Amino acid sequence: MAYSEKVMEHYTNPRNVGTLNKDSKSVGTGLVGAPECGDVMRLQIEVDANNVITDAKFKTFGCGSAIASSSLATEWLKGKSIDEALTIDNMDIVEELALPPVKIHCSVLAEDAIKSAINDYRVKNGMEALAMPKSHH
Amino acid sequence: MELPIYLDNNATTPLDPRVLEAMLPYFTSKFGNAASRNHAFGWVAEEGVDYAREQVAKLIGCTEKEIIFTSGATEADNLGIKGVYEMYAEKGNHIITATTEHKAVLDTCKHLEKQGARVTYLNVKEDGLIDLAELEAAMTPETILVTIMYGNNEIGVIQPIKEIAAIAHKHGALFFTDATQAVGKIPVNVIEDGIDLMAFTAHKMYGPKGVGALYVRRKNPRVKVTSQMDGGGHERGMRSGTLNVPGIVGLGKACELCRLEMDEEAKRLSALRDKLEAALTTMEESYVNGSTAHRLPHVANISFKYVEGEGLMMAMKDLAVSSGSACTSASLEPSYVLKNLGLSDELAHSSIRFGLGRFTTEAEVDYAIENTKKAVNHLRDLSPLWEMFKEGVDLSKIEWAAH
Repeated sequence: MAYSEKVMEHYTNPRNVGTLNKDSKSVGTGLVGAPECGDVMRLQIEVDANNVITDAKFKTFGCGSAIASSSLATEWLKGKSIDEALTIDNMDIVEELALPPVKIHCSVLAEDAIKSAINDYRVKNGMEALAMPKSHH
Repeated sequence: MELPIYLDNNATTPLDPRVLEAMLPYFTSKFGNAASRNHAFGWVAEEGVDYAREQVAKLIGCTEKEIIFTSGATEADNLGIKGVYEMYAEKGNHIITATTEHKAVLDTCKHLEKQGARVTYLNVKEDGLIDLAELEAAMTPETILVTIMYGNNEIGVIQPIKEIAAIAHKHGALFFTDATQAVGKIPVNVIEDGIDLMAFTAHKMYGPKGVGALYVRRKNPRVKVTSQMDGGGHERGMRSGTLNVPGIVGLGKACELCRLEMDEEAKRLSALRDKLEAALTTMEESYVNGSTAHRLPHVANISFKYVEGEGLMMAMKDLAVSSGSACTSASLEPSYVLKNLGLSDELAHSSIRFGLGRFTTEAEVDYAIENTKKAVNHLRDLSPLWEMFKEGVDLSKIEWAAH
């Protein structure tokens, strides 16, 4: 299966690879997937006092589409409020990266990672936890 | 050096130009139907087929009359296994195979189970070899066939064929082997090995796709199979259908070249394979899968822990290799062969198969080593699991979201 140009581009030059201090109160961490399933995403956000995401980092164990999905997600997250970030839908990622049907689960995982990172931040900062909406696979 | 580099010779091999040369006249001037008995066009085609049959027989140590040409190894597997099951139905309905067989054997056995066969699937040991004592214990008076592959397509391990054949015969069963990966690569002699039926194909040994053969023993014992393709009664009634003359001529020539060049080629390839393996396993957390003592000379299967195979292959974009990881929604299951060796799903997802071949050069192997190392390091920099491992986190203690 050939990869789309956009997947290749993100895969070759992934944005925002790295690690934020997960113990910081201003950082939310989402770790989703499982090694035995062949994909694990860790997505982290740094949030300011106005609940705006000022930085986002990721590391992903997985196929090219999983790496590209998480790279794209970090790009989209920066500058968004944590409420706006919740509106990112996995199908937006599918569309942007032109993922084929067999790779849709990569985008679902990225959406899960976003929600899980926001949740982590919310809980750390005394907000109510969200129900995790989509489950994958 | 031309890029990309082809290192997937267990999937298929390029056609040797010498094979192509032998085939070409049989597409044009010598186009006759080998079954046309009444004119020169038929005779010429038949001569080509007869000569190829000799070339094939010579490679595996049998007589010409014991070769049935097929469309490939999958058909030969089907004909051998289903053909024996039907022919020997009176004697029993039990077949013994192993969990690491090719799908062409496993799915054929499953098909027969639906028709009333009882099939025992032997597990393999950590090194990929079957346990002979388990085989012996599984034999019953109803066992008509033992089918165990010669060399494995994913990890290259070679099963103890002679010993398996001896156990099968001791209990009155026939022994079939799918030798697709072994014939032409290592010495295979059906008499010395005690093989009763054997499947193999041209395109894994520098011949064309779409042609293969089934060896069916004619003496001690005389083995018969029920044909699975009805028609004109070609191939002594066991496989009807107009013979693929150019393909058969190509298979013959490919077998001849393998016979003449095998010894030297096996030495060259195992040296290159060892070089590749030694260089790549100097990397932390990389493991060779399968027995290194009993295996084909040209294949190395290595797991690079904490990176995922499909993602890794993307970074090795100048190398054509394959992975035991299948990361699609249709199949999140990694290689069943690797899993049956007892590898964790995680390590199976992290595996890459390198398959060297006749046209692989040392310069290409050197390039592959550098390219692979770079790719593994790149992906480990991206891998949260690698980071956790480096921090000393025990990954088995983490509660991963269930899929």
